[in-house]
Amino acid sequence: MNSLMEVCCDKCTHTPTTPCDKYIACRTEGPLCHDDASCKEKVQTRLKQVVIAPESGLKQVLICAGSGCISSGSRKVDAALEAELAKQGLADKVKITVTGCHGFCEQGPIFIVEPEGTFYCRVQPEDVPELVEKALGKGELVDRLLYKEPITGEKVRHYQDIPFYKKQQRNVLRNCGHIDPENMEEYIARDGYKGFVKALTMSPLEVIEDVKKSGLRGRGGAGFSTGQKWEFASKSPGDEKYVVCNADEGDPGAFMDRSVLEGDPHAVIEGMLVAGYAIGANNGVIYVRAEYPLAIKRLKVAIDQASACGVLGDNVLNSGFDFHLKIKAGAGAFVCGEETALMASVEGKRGMPRVRPPFPAVKGLWDKPTNINNVETYANVPAILRRGSEWYAGLGTERSKGTKVFALTGKVNNTGLAEVPMGVTLREIIFDIGGGIQNGKEFKAVQIGGPSGGCLPKEMLDLPVDYDSLIKVGAMVGSGGLVTMDETTCMVDIARFFLNFTQKESCGKCTPCREGTKRMLEILTRITKGQGKAGDIETLERLAKNIQATSLCGLGQTAPNPILTTLKYFRHEYEAHINEKRCPAGACSALLTYRIDSEKCVGCGACAKACPVNCISGELKKPYRIDASQCIKCGTCMDKCKFGAVIKG
Amino acid sequence: MEFITLNIDGKEVQAPKGATVLEACRYNDIIIPTLCHDPELSSPGGCRLCVVEIEGMRNLPPSCVTTAGQGMVVRTNTATVREARKTVLELMVANHPLDCMVCQKMGDCSLAAYAYEYEVANQPFEGEKAQHPIDDSNHFIVRDMNKCILCGKCVRACEEIQGRSVIDFAYRGFNTEVSPALLPLGESDCVFCGSCVAVCPVGALTEKNMIGKGRPWEIRKVKTTCNFCGVGCNYDLNVKDGKVIGVTGNETSVVNGRHLCIKGRFGTDFIHSDRRITTPLIKRDGVFVEATWDEALNLVAEKLTAIKEKYGPDSIAGLSSARCTNEENYLMQKFMRAVIGTNNVDHCART
Ligand SMILES: Cc1cc2nc3c(=O)[nH]c(=O)nc-3n(C[C@H](O)[C@H](O)[C@H](O)COP(=O)(O)O)c2cc1C
Ligand code: SF4
Ligand code: SF4
Repeated sequence: MNSLMEVCCDKCTHTPTTPCDKYIACRTEGPLCHDDASCKEKVQTRLKQVVIAPESGLKQVLICAGSGCISSGSRKVDAALEAELAKQGLADKVKITVTGCHGFCEQGPIFIVEPEGTFYCRVQPEDVPELVEKALGKGELVDRLLYKEPITGEKVRHYQDIPFYKKQQRNVLRNCGHIDPENMEEYIARDGYKGFVKALTMSPLEVIEDVKKSGLRGRGGAGFSTGQKWEFASKSPGDEKYVVCNADEGDPGAFMDRSVLEGDPHAVIEGMLVAGYAIGANNGVIYVRAEYPLAIKRLKVAIDQASACGVLGDNVLNSGFDFHLKIKAGAGAFVCGEETALMASVEGKRGMPRVRPPFPAVKGLWDKPTNINNVETYANVPAILRRGSEWYAGLGTERSKGTKVFALTGKVNNTGLAEVPMGVTLREIIFDIGGGIQNGKEFKAVQIGGPSGGCLPKEMLDLPVDYDSLIKVGAMVGSGGLVTMDETTCMVDIARFFLNFTQKESCGKCTPCREGTKRMLEILTRITKGQGKAGDIETLERLAKNIQATSLCGLGQTAPNPILTTLKYFRHEYEAHINEKRCPAGACSALLTYRIDSEKCVGCGACAKACPVNCISGELKKPYRIDASQCIKCGTCMDKCKFGAVIKG
Repeated sequence: MEFITLNIDGKEVQAPKGATVLEACRYNDIIIPTLCHDPELSSPGGCRLCVVEIEGMRNLPPSCVTTAGQGMVVRTNTATVREARKTVLELMVANHPLDCMVCQKMGDCSLAAYAYEYEVANQPFEGEKAQHPIDDSNHFIVRDMNKCILCGKCVRACEEIQGRSVIDFAYRGFNTEVSPALLPLGESDCVFCGSCVAVCPVGALTEKNMIGKGRPWEIRKVKTTCNFCGVGCNYDLNVKDGKVIGVTGNETSVVNGRHLCIKGRFGTDFIHSDRRITTPLIKRDGVFVEATWDEALNLVAEKLTAIKEKYGPDSIAGLSSARCTNEENYLMQKFMRAVIGTNNVDHCART
């Protein structure tokens, strides 16, 4: 048997046209329809090859082929590994599994040796011969490629002991980095599709009840109860209904949906199957941004494999339930992530939001009742069915259940994806998992929730991260982007950065968002250039309030959040820019001045030689001077001076 | 009709069941400003000028797309509502050329009227303004997208009334623009029915033939029937100083409402043309000379009689015009059949 997906003998009659309802369990515990020791043995032997057991004496190398690791060269590493194993005669002792993302993209390409779980990072093809000889052949450690803890400098051997992973609870990401996403047997071997099979033993209403009880809330932004949403779609009259997966993932800095699709596509398909069964929909659409070619490819492979074995299609697993799944590649507009714009885009129209109600549950895709959820939301569903809603409801806080994946970016040491139970504090995520701030700098703020979110200061580090706590302080969980900023980040400039994004991405339909974000952006740009005026803050506040209250969709309604939170927590920075023409973080180049400290200057003239506009003058061995009127603030002099005599401020 | 009761601005009022809040207000003579709403078109709820406060609802819902409910409590004129509306108008004005003195729409512009009502001062926010080239690539419609407030009425009129979908929103953010696909209007699939011009609330779309010819208050509107074909559309001739300067739709027209075709809307320039033939002409010695109707009709009768006698009635055929009314066309075929005695009769609009 070369794959668990193969039949054990000709007694097995399962095909997509003559499906067997025990198919999924049969793959790992089978055969179930006949008693044959040799068939059982075939299945068990194969299972052990798929999930390597410690006692087998075999080794497995997990090589990450998520987008992050591919761009740092991982596909060259697995090619080199295959060649090297053959060369050293280890090909049948070591299984290579090309996986999806491990979440620790910064350390890529990642190379994990199982079953012991040794974690090698930043592995290049040149390192492969040594790894094969020592790590795989002799079972020794290759010390130089182990992960080094950035603060203590300590080498860490095991995957699970790395601080980045230690505090995580991987539920949605449980398979990412551990299975070959292009091989359905690996998903099946790890309890894949068992949640769906469980759902088939329940009535659709019981499934909805279960999802409601789990407390799962949407991971796409607004955090609406998933079970309740399914209930609306289920109650909505109509024979033709749709299930849509929102994989548009437009927030700058967020990439958890991409990782799930690239690393564990069947989990999303399984979640959609359950939703389809629950609401009575026979068709599903996954809307993926076209900038995610790998995710699209892996989804296609997964859909083909699931269709080929009758897990998708007509009469799925002989249940009488039909479910067909299609992929729609979106052309890449942030606003197409908004659910009504997304459905317009699927229908071939311009992606523009429309007024709700009617909600998609009543009038969605092609005007039919539709349930739309985010990738991560669907990926949570299989485990809720499989392990029970009580288990799920036991994770997280009172009103925010389960785990959430966050994308750590910005000035933290460990950038990547971290999945944690709802309710952990920002401090735990940024300092324990994220490893603190790069280059020993001070933490200043964290922008949570992407362009619709808010900037929270140091005083909020102990805030529990859950839907309600974040809304209360003006931010939101959103898609789970966490951009950490250090003392060198200017908060006015950050607000300007996000406004620039939302303004460019506004669909243009409603006046407050289209015109209002433009005016706010202009004011912020002026302030960062030192042209702020008295009254600017009040104008920003007035515009923000009205844009929030009158915009049509979430984009406009939340666009002012970065401004409002920075005004609330960092107002003094705005005031310094406007009143004193000074940028406290020293980030706004128009407000910077460079000068030379005559005490420290030794008169070597290195700065004057380097200055591209020749605005530094002086005599050798005497203090030099910068002509501020000519200075273009490039900072070259500061880099060149070996004596720290150039001062920026 | 079933009615519901709701409270608007502190008064219990009735409205037809299923009406929007806007319709309920208008039903009760409560004024709500609108720019993108049009009773004949679908409602996008885009301009956000018609926002109101509704108890129990988040933010300020737009009344044009919110269904009125039994017992609903609506406030249309609070300080919050007025400020929100004023902000919307200020934002539109901030991105507007403000060359009202020479704008064809002056005196008939909804943006100007609301700006006046809400006391929007000249330059509420300084900053960039749209810089689109003016499209006058065709004989009929001038598109100045710098004046466009992106209400989208023209897009919907083109799609929902004319069924052409020639124009739509393009680009995003501040660069959003209503545009035909890739080409100027003159090279697009536009049929120049002018429905877009008829619904545009500002001076972004204007009839080329009327530019510079008169101001709304100088124009007398004369309702008449179009004489281009037998459909019988009604419209208003726009008359200034005894001269027809153009045509605008008249929503009281039973047959066509405000809708017209290219000929009706733009085809009246012949009225004052110096090349127009105003008397019958008879060719004498190779040149056309003016004649009276009696002379002309006698000549035609004589010739037709002579041909019929010499060659028989089937040697004559009649072709009538789409410019004639149904009644005139009826008479034409009657004449051919009963007087000339032939079935050789046809019409240019035959399909
Ligand atoms: C401007 C805008 C962009 C959005 N982008 C996304 C996105 O990229 N992915 C997503 O899942 N939801 C996005 N949403 C939220 C969706 O509208 C919708 O709420 C979500 O798909 C519902 O799924 P959930 O209940 O599983 O969260 C966006 C919303 C807005 C207003
Ligand atoms: S809020 Fe912005 S993105 Fe949403 S409909 Fe209005 S213009 Fe479009
Ligand atoms: S051209 Fe006129 S009708 Fe069309 S969107 Fe602009 S303002 Fe509205």
